[in-house]
Amino acid sequence: MTDAFVTFEKVRKTYDGRSLVVSDLDLEIAKGEFLTMLGPSGSGKTTCLMMLAGFERPTAGRITLAGRPIDGVPPHKRDIGVVFQNYALFPHMTVLENIGFPLSVRKLSAAETERRARTALGMVHLQHLADRKPGQLSGGQQQRVALARALVFEPVLILMDEPLGALDKQLREAMQYEIKHLHERLGVTIVYVTHDQGEALTMSNRVAVFNEGRIQQLSTPKELYEHPQNAFVAGFIGENNAVHGTLRNVAGNTGEVEIPGGLLRCDLLGDRTIGVRKLVSIRPERVRILAEGAAFANVMPARVEEVIYHGDHLRLRLSTMNSTEFIAKVPNAESSRNFIAGQDLRIGCSISDCLALDAPAR
Amino acid sequence: MPGRRSDRSGLTMDMMAAGETGDLRASLRRAERARTLRGLGLALPLILFTLVFFVLPIAGMLVKSVQNGPMPDIMPETSALLQAWRSSEPRGVPDEAVFAAFAGELRTASQNRTLPELATRLNFENAGYRSLLMATARRLPDAPVGSWRDTLVGLNPQWGEVAIWAAMGRASPRLTEGYLLAALDHRRDDNDHIQATDASRAVYVTSLLRTLEISAIVTLLCLVLAYPLAYRLATLPESTANLLMILVLLPFWTSLLVRTASWLVILQREGPLNQALQWLGLIDQPLELAFNRPGVIIAMTHVLLPFMVLPIYSVMKGIPSNYMRAATSLGAPFFTAFRRVYFPLSLPGVTAGCLLVFILAIGYYITPLLIGGANDQMVSALIAFLTLQTLNWGLAAALGAVLLVITIALYFIYTRVVGTDGVKLG
Repeated sequence: MTDAFVTFEKVRKTYDGRSLVVSDLDLEIAKGEFLTMLGPSGSGKTTCLMMLAGFERPTAGRITLAGRPIDGVPPHKRDIGVVFQNYALFPHMTVLENIGFPLSVRKLSAAETERRARTALGMVHLQHLADRKPGQLSGGQQQRVALARALVFEPVLILMDEPLGALDKQLREAMQYEIKHLHERLGVTIVYVTHDQGEALTMSNRVAVFNEGRIQQLSTPKELYEHPQNAFVAGFIGENNAVHGTLRNVAGNTGEVEIPGGLLRCDLLGDRTIGVRKLVSIRPERVRILAEGAAFANVMPARVEEVIYHGDHLRLRLSTMNSTEFIAKVPNAESSRNFIAGQDLRIGCSISDCLALDAPAR
Repeated sequence: MPGRRSDRSGLTMDMMAAGETGDLRASLRRAERARTLRGLGLALPLILFTLVFFVLPIAGMLVKSVQNGPMPDIMPETSALLQAWRSSEPRGVPDEAVFAAFAGELRTASQNRTLPELATRLNFENAGYRSLLMATARRLPDAPVGSWRDTLVGLNPQWGEVAIWAAMGRASPRLTEGYLLAALDHRRDDNDHIQATDASRAVYVTSLLRTLEISAIVTLLCLVLAYPLAYRLATLPESTANLLMILVLLPFWTSLLVRTASWLVILQREGPLNQALQWLGLIDQPLELAFNRPGVIIAMTHVLLPFMVLPIYSVMKGIPSNYMRAATSLGAPFFTAFRRVYFPLSLPGVTAGCLLVFILAIGYYITPLLIGGANDQMVSALIAFLTLQTLNWGLAAALGAVLLVITIALYFIYTRVVGTDGVKLG
């Protein structure tokens, strides 16, 4: 990517001089992109965001914005809008004053400040709350005000640090769509930090999965889910059955992994050495319950240990391949109503749904 | 969300329509009553303590400041006659009836041994009254020689002066504004007109103004020193902040007297401060820092500093660090962000600290007494002098009442300026 808008070049960050919170990070973000940094807490994603905003300095490496290095630029001159985890609305100012703040510190006239603040407030549908104090608003409303405040000065880049973390589930989903639509409408570049994989998958153009200060995988949500590059990503994104085994045969991109009770034919990723330990990742919703006598790429016997009713689907906890925690997700349809615990059945998986990844070092 | 809420209120309406409102209210009251009683039980010791040791003494002091003294009890008839005499205009020496009543009641008082009490009270009005009264009582004949008037004037010509009777007249009502007037350096003259006290004897207003001035300077100095310190403490990591906090609180662990005495040692002419400054070559002559106002201000600022740091720190501790970051990211340079976001949010602590320090300062006694100059005393020293030396409790109480009124007035002005929710004590 030559037209990168934001770049991280070999960025390192350490607080104590011993362990790296961010190690040798390279990342390029295109203009207008919605990029999510996803990872467990302590994975370095928020530190990256704070370095971009200017609240933390990289220990080594370089960050550029629109082609210019920004190490020497203080936060207030970066023109980056930041939406904080707990909104950080100023409690002593009204909603309108909060939104007008970035304009008034830029010495715009009072009339112009108010006009643009009201426009921004309209963008998040809160015109009627202009004179309230933040303390009188609900969490969702505060979130919208914070969003309007970060957008009102037309920053080149918007950073969001777990902005929906404090909202309840329904509201969180509604806000996800709202932010996504704002992004599409305004065309700003957004860097979004979250530990919620659902948020990352629904909103982003690309997702960077962080763990231990490194990007584990950087790709589109679909790619991330369908083709995780390693065991961490497979385990972190979505639900996942992990089966340990040993690689026995390799043919093109397909490998045969020996597991307890047989061989699995898998899509092969990473190390192709015969005899190496592999971790086979199988998504619960890709597991098929086979009819009597039906043939499939991979077929395994299994016993139903538990049937959990989820409304739109059933979850079967199966004992198979030396595990009693193997999960299969079955749609709640006519054909699947009669599973009972103790029942024996056969399960099947296509080759492309079994991903043989490098087993993590123990 | 709104849909859910209206459903709930609909339910409440139904229940009320069903006629259960009475039952519901009664059971709510029952449930609330038990809780209120329990709460009251927990607070009761403190309420009683406050009542007995705070509210009652203050009320007592306010009453004392307008209570006139024992005259109407010891000499009821004379008091009544003198009050009638006071309303006469122009005023001459009272008539024979007053003299006769006074002579009779003087003898009774002398026999009942209540005279010294009365003499003390009248002495506040007119120095020399005590000896006049005592001498007259000793030499008072059983029956008048001619009229009582001639008899008394014969004993001491002062009984023929309007001033002596006017002083007794001022002491005769049960309530008086005389102490409050005196506290403001005013008095009623022999014709009961309010007049300023002679400049040579007017000490109270000067002392009150001096007290307010010193307190204001100390408060300002405390604020200037405490605000940056509290800011630093609030932004430091917890463990370091706690360590520094101990240093701030250290003075609390030493007796006030010891601290004041130490300041005296440090500030005196030959003290370590002067020696250090001379050794550094900053001054040629030792600075006069003890037994004058700079010394009082330095010592009081040190003693009162924690009372400023603590409220400001506790308010700053509650300001999330996010706010400054948000303001900066929105384009405000540090100083603008501080002025428009952090400072207004820390204001309740500043207000509380200033009120606390100022109110403590205007009542400060030991430190100004030991370090201050003899002619530069604060009002507390005068109050102590009046209560301990001259036993003029009425005037002492009046000075206290004036201080109280000034404090309350300042508090109201302050809250009016910064808003009612702008004060956060603790």
